[in-house]
Amino acid sequence: MKYLSALAATLFALAIWQGIVTVTGLPKFILPGPALVAETWWQNRWLIAEHTRITAIEVVIGLFCGTVLGVVTALQLASSRAARVLVQPMLVFTQALPVFALAPLLTLWLGYGLWSKVAMAVLIIYFPITSSFFDGLMRTPAGYLDLARTMQASKRSVLWHIRIPAALPSLASGMRLAAVYAPIGAVIGEWVGSSQGLGYLMLLANGRAKTDLMFAAMLTLGVFSILLHLIVRRATARMAGEVR
Amino acid sequence: MTPAPDLTISGSASIAGVPLFAPLTLSLAAGQWTCLLGGSGVGKTTVLRLIAGLETGADFIGSITANDAQPVADRVAYMAQDDLLLPWATVAQNVSLGARLRGETVNQDRRERLIRRMRLQDHMSRKPSELSGGQRQRVALARTLMEDRPIVLLDEPFSALDARTRADMQDLAAEALQGRTVLLVTHDPAEAARLGQSIVVMTQAGLTSCQPPHAPAPRKVDDLETLETQGELLRMLREDAA
Repeated sequence: MKYLSALAATLFALAIWQGIVTVTGLPKFILPGPALVAETWWQNRWLIAEHTRITAIEVVIGLFCGTVLGVVTALQLASSRAARVLVQPMLVFTQALPVFALAPLLTLWLGYGLWSKVAMAVLIIYFPITSSFFDGLMRTPAGYLDLARTMQASKRSVLWHIRIPAALPSLASGMRLAAVYAPIGAVIGEWVGSSQGLGYLMLLANGRAKTDLMFAAMLTLGVFSILLHLIVRRATARMAGEVR
Repeated sequence: MTPAPDLTISGSASIAGVPLFAPLTLSLAAGQWTCLLGGSGVGKTTVLRLIAGLETGADFIGSITANDAQPVADRVAYMAQDDLLLPWATVAQNVSLGARLRGETVNQDRRERLIRRMRLQDHMSRKPSELSGGQRQRVALARTLMEDRPIVLLDEPFSALDARTRADMQDLAAEALQGRTVLLVTHDPAEAARLGQSIVVMTQAGLTSCQPPHAPAPRKVDDLETLETQGELLRMLREDAA
């Protein structure tokens, strides 16, 4: 049923898109129709696949590094008041800076290649991961902590056996959010400076008025993001307590 | 288990300068069930949490002592209205939570005996969400027994259960916790009348002892004297509210 409604919604959107193109008669370099985009996609499938591969590598590495960093930060924040006082305002400040503005700097520091994009992806997901996991760690039901106390549990053991497992559903929702954000980060990085990746391909196609190719790359990115989200969703289902 | 001690809590508590309860003295006889009965907000849970060494939000001036002069808070087992079962852990893991938290090896035989005694042997590897309310409280009781402490503090552990399950749990707990110094905090006169070897009513005015029925606890639910005591206790609670 879920898939059926997704399919129906997709067909509906395609119909509207085609309808607009037909009715308005817009030239194809302004708005190409779905049929043309599909054709272009098929013709350029190997080119698009190669650039998708690059972006996917950036996103997956970024997702991994960002998650590890976020988890470590949240654990530090949760176990030390000093860390909360010092680091938390800084964390908020980094979020106040537009990531876009940092992208040229990252390219300057880390170069044109893979790592400046990974860094962008990390930057963009670090905060949602950290803050969702941290919130989860700080919101352990008080009753569990009372019980642990009457059992003479050490702080460390309460963290390991109670607070972390109780916070895993929060971490799972942070990771699911991150799966959607990470491709955005990587593509921003590619826009600012790169010679490969879907972001690069979109910019290139746009610059040459190959709007159909631009659409094909963009839709590929969209499908990739949805797939990534679904994979992360499935992978975190146990953490979120959705399956036993 | 080390021998169950007599306990005395004596003092007064206030929250941000506002008195919660006036100076009072509550004695718990060694190896006996003391029921502390009272309405909401009179501070009966605070008394229990003070004995357990838990955060109460109140300033307590006074003392909590055992007749054997040993510290109290590290000899208690605690059971609350919420079963406090960890949803991600199995029944067996929940029962042995204390040992896991202290980094001790779990006494498997003992755990299995207790789970069997609580008639949970078919649910060992289930998660709490797959159990009924009564089964969950039986797991919590098994966890409490697993701790094997001489002092057991029960904070309305049966009040969320339906009448029949509650009566079953009362019987089971009374039998299983025999010989320990038990404090049961409750707002249910029937529960106090069934289980109390000593019954204390807590009101704004302070503590009033009430003569428990003569039959040994747990008393039959239709025992006449128990029903009379229940009525008497309810009357005392209502007089306080009036």
